[in-house]
Amino acid sequence: MKFVRWLADIDRRIIFVVIAVAVVVPLLFPLGMRVKVTPQTQTIYDEVENLPGGSNVLVSFDYDPAAAPEVHPMALAFLHHCFQKKHRVIIMALWPQGAQMAVSAMAEINRDFDLEYGRDYVNLGYKPGGAIVIKSLGNSFAEIFPKDMAGRSTATLPLMEDVSNLYDVDLVMDLSAGVPGITEWVIIANALFQTRTAAGCTAVSAPQFFPYLQTGQLIGLLGGLKGAAEYETVTAYAGKASPRMDSQSVAHVVIIVFILFANISYFILRRKREEGSGGPTARPPTSA
Amino acid sequence: MRREIPMIVAFVAGVIIILEFFVPTLRNVAGQLQKWYLVVVAFAILVGAFNLLRMNYMKVRGRRVDWPYSIVLIVGLFAMTIVGIGWGIGQGTVFDWLFNYLMFPMSSTMFALLAFFVASAAYRAFRARTVDATLLLVAAVIVMLGQVPIGSIWVPSWWPDSLVFLTPDWLKDRIMNIFNTAGQRAILIGASLGVVSTALRILLGIERSYLGEE
Repeated sequence: MKFVRWLADIDRRIIFVVIAVAVVVPLLFPLGMRVKVTPQTQTIYDEVENLPGGSNVLVSFDYDPAAAPEVHPMALAFLHHCFQKKHRVIIMALWPQGAQMAVSAMAEINRDFDLEYGRDYVNLGYKPGGAIVIKSLGNSFAEIFPKDMAGRSTATLPLMEDVSNLYDVDLVMDLSAGVPGITEWVIIANALFQTRTAAGCTAVSAPQFFPYLQTGQLIGLLGGLKGAAEYETVTAYAGKASPRMDSQSVAHVVIIVFILFANISYFILRRKREEGSGGPTARPPTSA
Repeated sequence: MRREIPMIVAFVAGVIIILEFFVPTLRNVAGQLQKWYLVVVAFAILVGAFNLLRMNYMKVRGRRVDWPYSIVLIVGLFAMTIVGIGWGIGQGTVFDWLFNYLMFPMSSTMFALLAFFVASAAYRAFRARTVDATLLLVAAVIVMLGQVPIGSIWVPSWWPDSLVFLTPDWLKDRIMNIFNTAGQRAILIGASLGVVSTALRILLGIERSYLGEE
């Protein structure tokens, strides 16, 4: 009974240590578990595959370093796929740190491709204003982004000569960790300008965008590290998300085992209390 | 007049933006208003930065709780601004280095700590005390299993199709695509109706909290 009581009120530092071990060990010794590709990832892959070479793909980096472990791997896998298919990529950001995330991503992508700035891709940088920025892009890119991130006139960039507004964009991919993000792109770019829109986001926010998937307003959705790992799997890109899924798998199982132990101890103690008092009693929840 | 003029500006701007959807001739006026909005937002960021600086300076001066952290913030704010404006923010710059090797790992670490607290909270809170709590617990366990590769690898290749409904993958998809989508849609519609009513209250001058009123 002493053990059951100890289990019921286990020191949270023990939980922290077990979780740390569950996360670190699979990173050091990968299990190589195969990630199953879901339909919402497959549709994004198919869309990029089926676009004719040289199509204009807009990638909006609407996240910061806090969400990077989940969202950055999907940015790398998606950009890699776009350049593999010879699409032209327009990068922008609605989050202040998003433009810098794009710089980091392109630094990695440039190792695999011989890309020319201005012809194969442009980084327009950050623009504050959220939904209004997207709405204004429906009229003109040049008015909203007269200069790119490095201060060059966008009018002089060959890629932007063919892109005057959102109607010239074949696909929008929004990589988002909050607001402004997916909702703004769906309700403005997709609903108002009929731009085909896909998205990637953190796992915790993915469930709220499922209605957009069902209505077809989003052609696909990459949810968290799993979404990134799925995109790496479907594109055969050797990124960082797939190996990290081993850690997430083990951590999830450990948390489930913890929940199981917590409930076993809870029911044993409750039965004991009921036997002692002669009736059922409710125990107030303890804090996390 | 300090109250009336902002209310008139809000009303005129709001009505033009709404009417633009139905009256194409108003598109140019609405476009101009949107450009002004972007300029105002850019200035708002400047105001925010100055306010942040002022608040933290006051904290340091008054030696209030955790004032050393405010020094870190002020130094960081000036350091990033100076190197950004002075040497650019592109690839290979000092700004880029500070972002990649300080900002990036520190922010990621803060977010990663969530996993430990979630695990601890799950241990304390996920207990089958009531029917509702049991439903939540069962759904959470299924989604957690179905969300990771380990949830599908335990299902052997000979598993009959007629029993697919017993696999975490299948159950997770049903929970996410049916129950979750229905709930999220209800929230979305409710929130949207709330946005419409709040917008109307602002346009009609009933809601004045944006003017600093209670």
